[in-house]
Amino acid sequence: MSIERKEWEGFEGRIWKEEVNVRDFIQNNYKPYDGDESFLAEPTEATNKLWGELQKLQKEERAKGGVLDMETEIVSSLTSYGPGYISNELKDLEKVVGLQTDKPLKRAFMPYGGIKMSEEACTTYGYEPSEKLHEIFHEYHKTHNDAVFDCYTPEMRLARRNKIVTGLPDTYGRGRIVGDYRRVALYGIDYLIAMKQKDKANCGCGTMSDDIIRQREELAEQIKALKGMKEMAASYGYDISGPATNAKEAVQWLYFGYLAAIKTQNGAAMSVGRVSTFLDIYIERDMAKGILTETEAQELIDHMTMKFRMVKFARIPSYNQLFSGDPVWATLDLAGLGMDGRHMVTKSDFRFLHTLENMGPAPEPNLTVLYSSKLPQSFKDYSAKISIDTSSVQYENDDVMRPVWGDDYAVCCCVSATQTGKEMQFFGARANLAKCLLYAINGGVDEKTKTQVGPEYRGITSEYLDYDEVMHKYDNMMEWLADLYVNILNLIQYMHDKYYYEASQMALIDTDVRRTFATGIAGFSHVVDSLSAIKYAKVKTIRDEDGLVVDYEIEGDFPRYGNDDERADEIAVWLLKTFMEKIEKRHTYRNSEPTTSILTITSNVVYGKATGALPDGRKAGEPLSPGANPAYGAEQNGLLASLNSVAKLPYEYALDGISNTQTINPNALGHDEKERIDNLVNVLDGYFDQGAHHLNVNVFGIEKLKDAMEHPEKEEYANFTIRVSGYAVKFIDLTREQQLDVISRTCHDHL
Amino acid sequence: MENGKGAIHSIETFGSVDGPGVRYVIFLQGCRMRCQFCHNADTWKIKEGSETAEEVLRKALRYKPYWKHSGGVTVSGGEPLLQIDFLLELFKLAKQKGVHTVIDTCGNPFTREEPFFSKFQELMQYTDLLLLDIKHINQAKHQQLTGWGNDNILDMARYLSSIDKPVWIRHVLVPQRSDDEEDLKCLDAFVKTLHNVKRFEVLPYHTLGAYKWKELGMEYPLEGIEPPDKETIERANALLHTADYQDYKNM
Repeated sequence: MSIERKEWEGFEGRIWKEEVNVRDFIQNNYKPYDGDESFLAEPTEATNKLWGELQKLQKEERAKGGVLDMETEIVSSLTSYGPGYISNELKDLEKVVGLQTDKPLKRAFMPYGGIKMSEEACTTYGYEPSEKLHEIFHEYHKTHNDAVFDCYTPEMRLARRNKIVTGLPDTYGRGRIVGDYRRVALYGIDYLIAMKQKDKANCGCGTMSDDIIRQREELAEQIKALKGMKEMAASYGYDISGPATNAKEAVQWLYFGYLAAIKTQNGAAMSVGRVSTFLDIYIERDMAKGILTETEAQELIDHMTMKFRMVKFARIPSYNQLFSGDPVWATLDLAGLGMDGRHMVTKSDFRFLHTLENMGPAPEPNLTVLYSSKLPQSFKDYSAKISIDTSSVQYENDDVMRPVWGDDYAVCCCVSATQTGKEMQFFGARANLAKCLLYAINGGVDEKTKTQVGPEYRGITSEYLDYDEVMHKYDNMMEWLADLYVNILNLIQYMHDKYYYEASQMALIDTDVRRTFATGIAGFSHVVDSLSAIKYAKVKTIRDEDGLVVDYEIEGDFPRYGNDDERADEIAVWLLKTFMEKIEKRHTYRNSEPTTSILTITSNVVYGKATGALPDGRKAGEPLSPGANPAYGAEQNGLLASLNSVAKLPYEYALDGISNTQTINPNALGHDEKERIDNLVNVLDGYFDQGAHHLNVNVFGIEKLKDAMEHPEKEEYANFTIRVSGYAVKFIDLTREQQLDVISRTCHDHL
Repeated sequence: MENGKGAIHSIETFGSVDGPGVRYVIFLQGCRMRCQFCHNADTWKIKEGSETAEEVLRKALRYKPYWKHSGGVTVSGGEPLLQIDFLLELFKLAKQKGVHTVIDTCGNPFTREEPFFSKFQELMQYTDLLLLDIKHINQAKHQQLTGWGNDNILDMARYLSSIDKPVWIRHVLVPQRSDDEEDLKCLDAFVKTLHNVKRFEVLPYHTLGAYKWKELGMEYPLEGIEPPDKETIERANALLHTADYQDYKNM
């Protein structure tokens, strides 16, 4: 039954008025934009003032060792703080309001993922954790981390300690759940509560099975969260019980939805979603009415973006090693095509990219262009220009994602897609397949700790590695690893649901939700090159006094992944498919759909440290190559050969994403700006037309990185942003080790 | 090259300054010139060919998705014209596939003598553009800088102009060697007489290839000469009127 509301005046369509269906609203109302960027507006004085203030605070934060301020006494919740502003003097200038705590960049105390970690985060930065909260969360309330460790088996603990499975979300929030924050703006909270109440009333037929009981409890939590959002917004003087009436409110309502998520969850990835086309509809309506100018529209987008640049969580050192540079993956998606063939580029897609000009480069929000060669040329050109100027944009192939996820998916972390409002993901970090290969060779004994971690299968005793023998043993060892890994994740996800349920985000997702179970691979290219070396060259084992293989000598040449050489690349495809097949035949928690990714974040450095020498010639302790990138120095034929190798990996087998990061010297991209733009667009078109999934594009020379490492104090490097595997980061915020790793990676630069 | 096969030094799949658009650059092995500033000294040695034109083109075509309307194949070196049989075969096949073809040459093998000249004439039917390096306009200084004279090179430039084959002229600017004002004025005057110049580029000398000389056990002849500074480059561009050659933008 269709309802009409005056807030919806001027909006077309029917289905979205009868049910919660933001996609239908967008498809019926958005206006594709084919023009260029000439309409864009400069920052307003308010934007410059606020951004100036924020930069001052960021500078102070860096000077204080990375944390400006931290809460110790109050547990973060939707309503634990009153309103907060960037600056009390400038608060009237803020077009979009709302902070995680009472002060800008102050990190909240979020103990539900694990009290130990929350307290460690405090002490790391010189803050004294509260005794009272210590008592509460040790004596009276259990946290996710405690629950997981209560249930781990000895085998799981051993595998975790030896880092064959690693980065697991057992010490931090799993994140990667994108609420459909647009719903708050389109429907208002009251309608959303009514819909959830209806779902609760229809939940089961009265028989109280485990599933039904859990569902009822979760719905109760969601409804509570929705009510909390209203209260939170009220503290800022806004009543969000009804739909937004104009663009400013739409931006604000939507942001409140997101703010609710980041006040209650400290997941590794807290993405914003696909909001540009949605907001554009409100902006267009206001402009048609004559109540909004371009400058005002840009100001709204700039101020909202500023808020996304401020998201912070209190982290511990071991977490920072995995995810360096304080990322939050406030991923925000642009462009893409609709199922009906129209492109979804609006003026607001330009406006979001323009924030990188108005306020300079920044790692957050993680701006992601859902790319297709069929996007309008003017948008492709502008986005390439912004990439060249700021290195802050990533590209994902809409043409491979749309058939799987439809035209309203959002990227929920670095590279993985989920259908907005219809789906959630169980994030599960990654398994180190390079270490697994070493376990196969050494019969399950860890090459670093010399502990029996894997099953005591017979190891390899010959001096030279035999390809068939290694493959057979590797297959068995991967089988073991896949089984253990999936079970670890089942346990983690169960406990996360129980002790750290994402009520605010799930309240903005359909009750009948699709769940994916995201596994991941680390060490990908090294396994491929190792197997290729064993197959095409001669690999001699070097053993220690206990007979354990600890190093390798390679005699002869072998094809390496990253050169568009079928011999190596077919091993890459085999590896992905084989691992995925082993994952997907196992039971996964809540009947979720298993997926995998080839993605490491900056954790390639710490994973590498824990991994011994490999048969491809990589020495013990050296960083693994990130994501699906070819190994350091493997690429002999330039950028496109490397891209062609990665493009061969079938996305259907890695629906959680295939991350590839490339750095191009501006001089190697073309003589002048126009040539650089044309060439970059040609590279993107060519790569994605072949079915590749993802590309991080950096445009700068190695010299700049070296200088930034030596002189981080220079003004020009304060916001120097680079793309690393899966996200963007301020280069000077990386550890020196990671900086060196970035520098050592291939920069495509030819004479 | 006798066997019709190409001697290939290396491949760069993403060339963006060696012709229009995204270029698949094939560096051929072998060159007779001994330019003091050469950054690819490892390509000098003349070797027996080992790859057929079919194989080479098949690999190149893997990159067609990146070329769009402007990119294609550039054959560089070494000196591509030393392997003219192979080159002819390669470009004939490339043209059958609609590939844009570019030769990056120093012109040293050019002669109007047979059998070269007929082959060259035929090759021009399958070549869209030449990047012609004029190392020095002065005969004696050219001899000194490269070990060879430049009569035939300038003759090649005139011939290409006479058949109206598009060229980009390139001049490597080496301080103390090829940056003399009078010489640059002569070069400017010469290029002005040509009617087929779509682009004229000053390539600042760089030292990135110097290590290769050492690896090959040779003394680097330009030891101590620094790359030209910005002012020198700007002055050269002004003297050569490079900004007047803008036709490449419409290619």
